[in-house]
Amino acid sequence: MLFFSFFKTLVDHPVTVELKNDISIRGTLKSVDQFLNIKLDDISVVEEVKYPHLSSVKNVFIRGSVVRYVHLPGSVVDTALLEDAARREAAQASAKAKAG
Amino acid sequence: MFTTAAQLLDLTDKKLLVILRDGRKLIGVLRSWDQFANLVLQDTIERVYAENEKVFASVPRGLYLVRGENVLMLGEIDLDKDDYVPEPYREESTNVVDALHRKEIKEQKDKEKSTRAKLQAFGFEGELAGEVMF
Repeated sequence: MLFFSFFKTLVDHPVTVELKNDISIRGTLKSVDQFLNIKLDDISVVEEVKYPHLSSVKNVFIRGSVVRYVHLPGSVVDTALLEDAARREAAQASAKAKAG
Repeated sequence: MFTTAAQLLDLTDKKLLVILRDGRKLIGVLRSWDQFANLVLQDTIERVYAENEKVFASVPRGLYLVRGENVLMLGEIDLDKDDYVPEPYREESTNVVDALHRKEIKEQKDKEKSTRAKLQAFGFEGELAGEVMF
């Protein structure tokens, strides 16, 4: 759930989503759900001539499982906070594993 | 498995580009859907591209019911830029593009196959694990 919450903090920021078929789509992050499906607005494809089929498309809904990377703007990520949260979640998970 | 209702609600009755797991690109009007992203598309056309030759074709297909698991990506088409395909792409007859497209797909598949074989020699699983590209 951590990354779901993390992506929610990035809503309305510009991101670039790289898919597993090498297409990179730049756009404004509009929403994200528990599967990390991503909705982007005002999209542009980085290599338009190579991937012409999205040229007349304005917003997309991308299935989470086809995403390889999400390129984030560095300025909006609080890395210290994220690191803390990740450690806390890992600690919780291992405590649960021990208890179970 | 795939989506929440709110995400498709605002796309209803809009002209969409739907990209399927097997690489097909369908353009049609979304008339109905459910929580699995099963979709009903009206007046659908399939657009086929041959990227190397820079040609494309549009094939009228009619009404579609797409099973949700096959949907990779949905895009709403900007009606101001409707049917815009960037330079230097030009429209060609379906037969020509289809043949070129098949050839390109085959080349791509062969390439993937050899990449995967090489990766496997090092103990890596291919990213798409035999899944077709789109």
